[in-house]
Amino acid sequence: MTDIFNQVFSGLSIASILLLISLGLAIIYGTVGVINLAHGEFVMLGAYAVWFLEDHFGLGLFPCIVLAFFAVGTLGWVVERLIIRRLYGRVLDTILATWGLGVILQQAIRLSAGAELRYVQMPPGLSAAVHFAGVDVSAYRLFVLALTAILLAVTYVLIFRTRFGMRLRGVVQNPEIARCFGVNTSQIYAMTFAYGAGLAGIAGALVSPLKSVSPDMGTGYVVDAFMVVVVGGVQSLLGTVASAGIIGELSGGLAYLSNDTIAKAIVFLGVVVLIRFRPQGLFALRVRRG
Amino acid sequence: MAQFSRRGVVKGVAGLAGAATFGFPQIWIKNSGLARAAGGEIKVGVLYSLTGTTAIIETSLNQATLMAIEEINAAGGVNGRKLVPVVEDPASDPATFAEKARKLVIGEKCVSVFGSYTSASRKAVLPIFERYHNLYWYPTLYEGRECSMNVIYTGAVPNQQQRDFVPWLVKNFGKRFYLIGSNYIYPKEENNVCKILLQKLGGEVVGEEYVPLGHSEFSSVIEKFKNTKPNVIFSTVVGDSVVALHRQYKAAGLDPAKMPMASLTTSEEEVRAMGGEFALGHFTSAPYFMSYESPENAKFVAAIQSKYGKNAVTNFVSEPAYFQVHLFAQAAAKLAGSDLTPPTIREAAWGQEYKAPEGLVKIDGQNSHTYLWPKIGEAQMNGQFKIIEQSKEWVEPDPYWAYPGQVCTPKGMVEKKA
Repeated sequence: MTDIFNQVFSGLSIASILLLISLGLAIIYGTVGVINLAHGEFVMLGAYAVWFLEDHFGLGLFPCIVLAFFAVGTLGWVVERLIIRRLYGRVLDTILATWGLGVILQQAIRLSAGAELRYVQMPPGLSAAVHFAGVDVSAYRLFVLALTAILLAVTYVLIFRTRFGMRLRGVVQNPEIARCFGVNTSQIYAMTFAYGAGLAGIAGALVSPLKSVSPDMGTGYVVDAFMVVVVGGVQSLLGTVASAGIIGELSGGLAYLSNDTIAKAIVFLGVVVLIRFRPQGLFALRVRRG
Repeated sequence: MAQFSRRGVVKGVAGLAGAATFGFPQIWIKNSGLARAAGGEIKVGVLYSLTGTTAIIETSLNQATLMAIEEINAAGGVNGRKLVPVVEDPASDPATFAEKARKLVIGEKCVSVFGSYTSASRKAVLPIFERYHNLYWYPTLYEGRECSMNVIYTGAVPNQQQRDFVPWLVKNFGKRFYLIGSNYIYPKEENNVCKILLQKLGGEVVGEEYVPLGHSEFSSVIEKFKNTKPNVIFSTVVGDSVVALHRQYKAAGLDPAKMPMASLTTSEEEVRAMGGEFALGHFTSAPYFMSYESPENAKFVAAIQSKYGKNAVTNFVSEPAYFQVHLFAQAAAKLAGSDLTPPTIREAAWGQEYKAPEGLVKIDGQNSHTYLWPKIGEAQMNGQFKIIEQSKEWVEPDPYWAYPGQVCTPKGMVEKKA
């Protein structure tokens, strides 16, 4: 019984990290319609922001999370203004541009911060395990789980319960009509892109104490994030949540039964088969085209 | 786009013809293509990545190598001739390694090249050194099971790192081992050796698992640690994965006093990146630790820090990168100036001894690997290792330890023993 609980928690923990890193991508991909290959690098920048603030200003992880959101969000906004908005409707060009941006960001970090692995402190209060329902679970992983749930709730409220969210949904449904009603679509896109980038920044900040911080850490995350978004169906918040849960539990369970290498291969295979028969993903709504 | 102009083509053809004319006679004069030191200088290649993914560690190898060359030159060189390093940056890319090696061997005619950190890059340059009868000096600990006439190996092979380590672990912690490694050749070969040693000691492997390179999600692995309850986690995980594994291990509430991780790959570098609190109480086996106390090591660390800054660190790869240059110089000093070629240097290197920071080392005259001094270190809060055991004698290198009936001979072949 404790085995099963342990395993479910471990899968849930994997799922929360997956959701965390794919939430920003899902929002950008789903609303702005841009396939942002630099998403992994936004995650990486979030982690480096924490390292920098901790190392140079002695800040703890919690203020760093907030600052990472604004720092990477601002960068996202600048990127949208300078690059992305010139490329709307040109899917292949945005793929190329964001990929190039990712390479540039990675090299910029390598040249400025150095290529070595960086140390980020785990908050002392969260570095141990807590006894919970008969098993030991990592306090930090519980914290990540809780914070992911909060971010999800905030994002839900933002999209479905605010004026900004209403305009955003209007723009997604039909940008021309939205514009006719006086919605500033260009501003909506910029803010959405910035928000998505900011979420990636938070994701990077949160994984940095648990994993490792290096210039090429984003490469793995962007693959995971795309897998979640593709399976969940673009522009569906519910789909992203469900998909992160399924993929997290599945990779955790398979890794437990066999090993991580096999688990990764089987999950990839599953995703390929799924998109062959359901290219729109599990929960598909409309996508902005053009 | 390059365009063919008539003039360009004519030039090219003339060039080819010239090369043929002047190139031909070399076929007839035996060994004339061999790199040979000329004049008052001895050219050696230095082939470590200064950019790309393994740049950090390889930069430390480059620095240790150049420092050794400076020391040798400051002491009057090799029989009065200066060593001239030709530095190339292979950018952490095996194909670039091959290209730069070709340049050093054919273009610069270096009589030896010091280089490589990864096995992949060594394998990439090997055909060039074999084809042109040159000599490559490789400082990294590696998986063994290689026997080339054109390489001098100064890093540890599995039998050296594990001979004392595994029995020590069994004695102090118990017989149940969980083997965890990154998914490539090095961890698999190391684990082969570990399994043989365990079998002799009556130990048991309760799990063996390989994670993808760069893997950072260890919750399932840690779950299995909790269920199988091994006495020792034998780790050959490499790179950033080491950091993630140690952090998640502690966060999950596991205790190094009951279930320590015993690693062959965790150096001061990884400990610094994960933070001392996550490394505390885990063990590493290697011939060299920065904290080792010997007059030679004190001198080595001081020299590195005065040259490259007081935060510069030494590690179990940079130390061989340093002492192998001194071994090269000793070998070269034995030879007459006119006879300084890679094959003669190789023969002269056999049996050479040098008082390295880790202790007195010797190049084996059979397999061209090196006698080393394995030590067991326990990671400390400050990022250094406390040395708690060290071998009483140097340990003979046996790159085919796990493969009975196969030996490495000076001819570079693997023969079946009768």
